[in-house]
Amino acid sequence: MKRYPNLILLALVALLSALPLWLVERPEGGDIFGGADNQAQALIGQIAPDYAPWFQPLLEPASGEIASLLFALQAAMGAGFIGYYLGCARTREKLRREQAEAADRNTAAKDTRAD
Amino acid sequence: MHIMEGFLPIEHAVGWSVAAAPFVAWGIRSVNHRIRENPEQRMLLGVAAAFTFVLSALKLPSVTGSCSHPTGTGLGAVLFGPAAMAPIGAVVLLFQALLLAHGGLTTLGANIFSMAVVGPFAAYGIFHLARRLRASLAVSIFLAASLADLLTYVTTSVQLAWAFPDPAGGFTTSFLKFAGIFAVTQIPLAVSEGLLTVVIFNALARFNAQELRDMGVAPDAKGLA
Repeated sequence: MKRYPNLILLALVALLSALPLWLVERPEGGDIFGGADNQAQALIGQIAPDYAPWFQPLLEPASGEIASLLFALQAAMGAGFIGYYLGCARTREKLRREQAEAADRNTAAKDTRAD
Repeated sequence: MHIMEGFLPIEHAVGWSVAAAPFVAWGIRSVNHRIRENPEQRMLLGVAAAFTFVLSALKLPSVTGSCSHPTGTGLGAVLFGPAAMAPIGAVVLLFQALLLAHGGLTTLGANIFSMAVVGPFAAYGIFHLARRLRASLAVSIFLAASLADLLTYVTTSVQLAWAFPDPAGGFTTSFLKFAGIFAVTQIPLAVSEGLLTVVIFNALARFNAQELRDMGVAPDAKGLA
């Protein structure tokens, strides 16, 4: 039962992420779900048409595929570490509890023998 | 989404770097001090960093028809204090600037300031305010993480509006335009970030109740029992 709140929260996140895919209509002939930073870049072009970026990225991912590879790698490293840590922590907590229970049983057994 | 490489005038780029640097230095000091005093918290610090790595890699669609990503800085700020996230956020931003052409070196200072300074400080303040107002732990975490996420992008909008005031309406008009792109897009994502932070915090409270109690974050965490 204790797991339910987290499952509900995760379902809500999935819903929040998926709903825009249905709710938002594709503009006529336009792109949809591009990066907000590209929109900001376009807005800068409107506000200050004369502005030219004075520095270029040193390395640019060779294609959209390569970029998604790196983003996936970033997420996988993070998620892998979190999973490892939670696994360790869970096992440690379980062992600690079993030890405490075993100790309780021992003292209980001694108590009955003493009686 | 971060400010793109080369898209801040040079004096703004330098100014934000100067503004962000002391926070990064303070954060490094505070993290070192804490790890020296409590070496067992090293792994938990790694979790806070990993959480930021994951969340800032997730580009999610929003109701505005564009995509942006959460920041993940709220968790670490609540666990380790606001300054600790400045160096961690800086590492994430540097990774994305160098390898992904996402953000940039010239805009690193400005992006550190919005994501790794304003966000975490907001999260820390909101968390403690909510706890003082007797909000539950989950509600406090949710508010801290989601508002920190939102305020990060409000800050980005301020930074861009300051650098590029509207020719007709000046700073305010420009800010409203940038906020329309960044902050409005971010609202559902901020809610998602708040919910995800509660999820990971629930897991930590179950398996690391002792540590969270020791850190004074969750004095009533009961763990598995």
